[in-house]
Amino acid sequence: MVYGRSSSGDPDRPGDPDRSGGLPGPARARRPADPVALKLLVAGGFGVGKTTLVGAVSEIRPLRTEEDLSEAGRPLDDLRGVEAKSTTTVAMDFGRITLRDELVLYLFGTPGQDRFWFLWDELAQGALGAVVLADTRRLAECFAAVDYFERRGIPFLVAVNCFDGAERFPAATVRAALDLDDRVPLLMCDARERESVKEVLATVVEHALALTTRDRAPAVRG
Amino acid sequence: MSDAGRQGRPGERGPGGDHWFDDDAGPVVRPYAMTRGRTSTATRQRLDLIALVVPEPAAADPGRDQTLSPEHVEIVQRCGDFPRSIADLAAGLDLPVGVVRVLVGDLVEDALVHVTRPVPPAELPDVSILREVINGLRAL
Repeated sequence: MVYGRSSSGDPDRPGDPDRSGGLPGPARARRPADPVALKLLVAGGFGVGKTTLVGAVSEIRPLRTEEDLSEAGRPLDDLRGVEAKSTTTVAMDFGRITLRDELVLYLFGTPGQDRFWFLWDELAQGALGAVVLADTRRLAECFAAVDYFERRGIPFLVAVNCFDGAERFPAATVRAALDLDDRVPLLMCDARERESVKEVLATVVEHALALTTRDRAPAVRG
Repeated sequence: MSDAGRQGRPGERGPGGDHWFDDDAGPVVRPYAMTRGRTSTATRQRLDLIALVVPEPAAADPGRDQTLSPEHVEIVQRCGDFPRSIADLAAGLDLPVGVVRVLVGDLVEDALVHVTRPVPPAELPDVSILREVINGLRAL
């Protein structure tokens, strides 16, 4: 997919059969006023506290998607378990943090169920980073999310939601259990606490910034 | 049927004008009825969830185009104060994202709005915006 700064439809060529698509329209004047929207994903197993986390820092709203699976153009092997359906309705959590008028950060809670993996690709495209929320009582439930973001090279961190009554494990133990790369931040949090969630989100963006800066450093790649 | 049914919007009536449903039946108008059954538009780009819908000057008077539905007009109005994303609009209008994509696509075709494409982080022109996000989050 080709990204430009901004574009609209191409009214000059309505019947253009060129389906390669996605190219910006005719030389449209750049609008310095166009605001910037960024998104962070919040992933993790069912019931791990994704909704709570998003709600702790933003006004949370449910978002309905009614997806045509064939139109989405996913590889067929991504659709295991939903072959019989051509459309499906998925609800996910969605929050908005307005940092200033022209700078908005969106949070998306990824659908927890495995059968909605196809939605992740769309959510992940262009994502600034991701939080994998983990519950030490059910650590295995976040393996898939860790794998997903590792494979796609999306900056992510693991935030262990410290549930009341759950046994606390040292970070090193959790890191080892997840086989986490040393560079991936891991921190403890309380998804109910605004201050704690703010720190988690700020840390993801710091991590993304560090990776971006590294990638942009000249003459590192041979 | 009650008066409430009779006062329903056009399209909520049964085939013969009979009011055969009540509120318990849930929404009778299928979401894609608002798009006249279309699930995509001539606009080739697939609108990202965080693509922002920005009104064009022509949008100051959306009523001039008589082909626009009330939902079209509402989208234009909602974006008037400050730009809203596809996800904002879908949540605010309580419509599925796919429906909002089609409606916004119509508005783009009509040159009433344009849509910003999200900039992938690696293509941000200036990483200082990420520092601003970090500081902004901590200051919330």
